[in-house]
Amino acid sequence: MDLFGVPITALMAQLMIGLVNGCFYAVLSLGLAVIFGMLHVINFTHGAMFMLGALLSWAGLHYFNINYWVMLVMAPLIVGAFGILLERLFLRRVYHLDYLYGLLLTLGLTLIIEGAVRSAYGVSGRPYGPPPIAGVTNLGFLMLPNYRLWVIVASLLVCGATWFMIERTRLGAYLRAATENASLVEAFGVNVPMMVSLTFGFGVALAAFAGVLAAPVMQVSALTGQTLIVIVFAVVVIGGMGSILGTVVTGIGLGLVEALTKVYYPEASSMVMFLVMVLVLMVRPNGLFGGGE
Amino acid sequence: MRNSILHGLLGLVLLSSGASAAEISDGTVKIGVLSDMSGIFSDLSGEGAVTAARMAVDDFVAAHEPDFKVELVTADHQNKTDVAASRAREWYDTQGVDMITDVINSAVALAVSEVTRDKNRVLMVTGSGSTAINNEQCSPNTVFYAWDTYSLANSLGRTLTDQGYKTWYFVTVDYALGKAIEYDATKAVEGAGGKVLGSLHHPMGASDFASFMLQAQSSGAQVIGIANAGADLHNAIRVANEFGINQQQKIVGLSASMTDVHALGLATTQGMLLVEGFYWDQDEPSRAWSARFQEKTGNKPNMLNAATYSAITQYLTSVQTLGSDNAEAVLADLHGREINDMFARNGRVRADGQMIHDVYLYQVKTPAQSSGPWDYYRRLETIPAERAYQPLSESRCSLVTGGGA
Repeated sequence: MDLFGVPITALMAQLMIGLVNGCFYAVLSLGLAVIFGMLHVINFTHGAMFMLGALLSWAGLHYFNINYWVMLVMAPLIVGAFGILLERLFLRRVYHLDYLYGLLLTLGLTLIIEGAVRSAYGVSGRPYGPPPIAGVTNLGFLMLPNYRLWVIVASLLVCGATWFMIERTRLGAYLRAATENASLVEAFGVNVPMMVSLTFGFGVALAAFAGVLAAPVMQVSALTGQTLIVIVFAVVVIGGMGSILGTVVTGIGLGLVEALTKVYYPEASSMVMFLVMVLVLMVRPNGLFGGGE
Repeated sequence: MRNSILHGLLGLVLLSSGASAAEISDGTVKIGVLSDMSGIFSDLSGEGAVTAARMAVDDFVAAHEPDFKVELVTADHQNKTDVAASRAREWYDTQGVDMITDVINSAVALAVSEVTRDKNRVLMVTGSGSTAINNEQCSPNTVFYAWDTYSLANSLGRTLTDQGYKTWYFVTVDYALGKAIEYDATKAVEGAGGKVLGSLHHPMGASDFASFMLQAQSSGAQVIGIANAGADLHNAIRVANEFGINQQQKIVGLSASMTDVHALGLATTQGMLLVEGFYWDQDEPSRAWSARFQEKTGNKPNMLNAATYSAITQYLTSVQTLGSDNAEAVLADLHGREINDMFARNGRVRADGQMIHDVYLYQVKTPAQSSGPWDYYRRLETIPAERAYQPLSESRCSLVTGGGA
């Protein structure tokens, strides 16, 4: 059976691949959405943090023989700590200024981080061995490598946990309250500056987590973050700047749309998400899940 | 003061009469290395090109003690044609640069070729490989030195089809490079009695290749030819490995090089076929030179690095033989002799500016076959210069076809 000249089974295989990519976009965009939603900072370093996560994962294996699973925890912690350092040293100074200053600052930091990595490791990336989960699962319409299934599971778990933490716990409530009125929350004895630092650290740790997930299947190099950051921004804008749920749904949705485009008109597959972005913004300027501000 | 004015006037007279007077302009031969120092091609060329150029100049001066000075200038063209063209113009106009080399990125090479022709100097392209350089936009001032997409795609297409791999599918990047490679490979495959079952064109810098490679797989073709470069090529090959596509079908990187093999590792690339004009371990002169290069950079040189060294050495040899850095005279000399050195075998510059030389079909070793870092290739076949490159009878260059300049 065919659908516009493509067999249904082939189409299902492509949609499955799209789902994997969508989950990956979701987890990568999540950190950006958290940071924007809570701190109102447009964090341009997100792509570079993703790259650092992947690089650490490679470096751990290559230099110290630390396996993937350990690095899946360690790399986000290290990158998160680095993020907190950047927040304390630089970002903190521009909170009271226009969004644009934060954007310029993080763009500059990105260029420095990427330049340093390029200078040390070049632009081609480094060989990462086979994925830590071997084997394939026969889905009937597709032989899917088990590692890709793991990407789906891990992404959905992390997205769900993040949503729960921010929307359903006391800590999340403090955080959302501090976004609305920092001085009032501080008056109740909550250490708001500390909470802001931790939130930024958590956001970039999510980027690093996505980097570790990607390292075994994607050639990550010093400049990879530059291509991904554009996609990630589109996801966050379509989802409604700062909306956690919106980001996750949009990430997965765009993965599927992209997959269909790759089948029917591959030339447009990098562009289609921006087409979606334009259409969404025309109808809903605050994004799919964004509240009016 | 009066003397210098006289000198200046004399210089002007000589220049305007186009005299090929046996003289080196201002006693100095100046060579410009214009490369991508920080962008996507900086691993292929960049620092490696600059190091190779410096070695060429130092070695030449040490060996020949010429009675002229040789200077090297370098710049980053940032993969922007306007930056490249204005830098080239500045070098020629105000800094007395006689020859520019490297110019990796075909768009940059074409832009600098135009400027070089205007200013009547010499361009030796060692970075780029677009066949437009010696066809539609050929120039008498340009020597197309290292490689071109035709020799790679054609040799791989013909050799594999001859070996019985008759059906092909192409995964092609959607811009000039990919389409040129696909076009040349298709002609070679069909010429050898093979058949192309289809192709898909993906955008440059695509984030994931699983979808594209699965479409290629379901075509059922015996060979999947990948006509792209850099990160796209790396991701396509990794996905082919991950999904086990390379176990039933042959994956061929039509413009892959040692830099790609190094980035991906032998575990991922083993068994892959590729064509190159230079490999550090090809013979004694190349091994000796490559060892010196490695001492300076920590890496073995790739084909482009070696070509840059060779091009500068051959250029300086011509200048010294003639005792002149006049562009026309040097170009005539380069066109008139055979080139054999640590880089090229049976090299010869043709009327369309292409330096043809033997190229080799290599197979990437398995991790078990490799004796250590940089031991990557096993040579399967030497493809003689005359067979490797586009025949002049197919040339679209006005210098060959006799069309308007």
